[in-house]
Amino acid sequence: MNLNATLIIQIVVFLTFVWFTKSFVWPPIVKALDERAKKIADGLAAADKAKADLANAEKKSVEELRSARESAAELRSGAEKQAAKLVEDARAEANRIVAAAREAAGNEAAAAAQKAKDALRDQVAQLAVAGAERILRREINAQVHADLLANLKQELS
Amino acid sequence: MASGTELATEVAHHGPTPGEYIAHHLTFLNNTGEKQAELINWNLVNLDTVFYSVILGVIALFVLYRAAAKSTSGVPGRFQAAVEILVEMVADQAKGLIHSEESRRTVAPLALIVFVWIFLMNAMDFLPLDLLPRIWEGIYASAGHDPHHAYMRVVPTADINATMGMSIAVLLVCLYYNVKIKGAGGWAHELISAPFGDKLILAPFNFAMNVIEFLAKTVSHGMRLFGNMFAGELIFMLIALMGAAWTGANAPSFLLAFGHVVAGFAWAVFHILVVALQAFIFMMLTLVYIGQAHEGH
Repeated sequence: MNLNATLIIQIVVFLTFVWFTKSFVWPPIVKALDERAKKIADGLAAADKAKADLANAEKKSVEELRSARESAAELRSGAEKQAAKLVEDARAEANRIVAAAREAAGNEAAAAAQKAKDALRDQVAQLAVAGAERILRREINAQVHADLLANLKQELS
Repeated sequence: MASGTELATEVAHHGPTPGEYIAHHLTFLNNTGEKQAELINWNLVNLDTVFYSVILGVIALFVLYRAAAKSTSGVPGRFQAAVEILVEMVADQAKGLIHSEESRRTVAPLALIVFVWIFLMNAMDFLPLDLLPRIWEGIYASAGHDPHHAYMRVVPTADINATMGMSIAVLLVCLYYNVKIKGAGGWAHELISAPFGDKLILAPFNFAMNVIEFLAKTVSHGMRLFGNMFAGELIFMLIALMGAAWTGANAPSFLLAFGHVVAGFAWAVFHILVVALQAFIFMMLTLVYIGQAHEGH
């Protein structure tokens, strides 16, 4: 263990090696390590975000589905109601038309019957008067017995 | 983990004694070609230590640089993932010990290269003990030199110059951050006011304490690694001596060769732990010391 100038040389060599390592070896490796760490961190964050987004989207889709179903049901019930109303209206209209037609027919028939009756009554009254005239020609004065005849006519109607 | 048989022939004919063998393996190849005699001699350079540490450092940097150049923030390949695990480990430790984001940009790479580099240098222990020295002996001899002087040690961290050089470099970094974070005045004040208290009479003791602390940290930092790797290498050499005691096809020789294999295997497995652990400890202490430079007493 004798000391000599090797010691000095070794110091110089050592410091040179340190300089080289510090300048050319350490920075690129550490940079790569740091960059990779950042990449991984970013990736993890992105994965978390994607997961959250997915959960949100799922929630939203359930919501949408529910509201779609609701509105469909609403539409359907509205349509049913409307259809029922249409049918109801149509039925009422038909009834109304039928009733009106029936009434008109009834009126017409009643008017015709009345007219026929009236005509018939007139004829019967004339016939009756004529018959009675012929029978009672002498004793009955048409003017005197007009009231009687009118009463008779009334009773026949 | 020696090439025991090769050595055995040498022992049988003209080879070194066990003492010579170990001494040979513990001698550095310096610029004089002779073993360093003085305790400290600034004119000498251990060429083998410099060569192997620089080569291994360059390999480490090259591999890391390849990973860095091709690194992508997308899906990483296996190679990139392996380097990233390493970087992440160092970055985590740095984050726990140094609370300044800006300092970490320098200190964390420092810790990374310290760990990888020391790991590789320590791992040179796993090469067969005699492999590279023996090749070097061949080259040295063919160049016309005396192969007995073909010294070579392949584990740079078993050289105290290398480990102390690194720990002193860490000390320099600590001093730099002390001044940078606390300011020259603030740090000077801390040197004379901590740990005993901000009193004039205590200033010399505080200062002495701080100097001792820096010295102790630096020396223990470098010596710990050196001691571990030196001891590990030495034990490999001692294990290699078992195989080196081969005297022919007889029972003791077989027994020793078997012992060599078993002990060499066991120690190598254990040494894997030591190699990684010492590299990690050196890195952690580097971060701790630099972290301390950021905090007041």
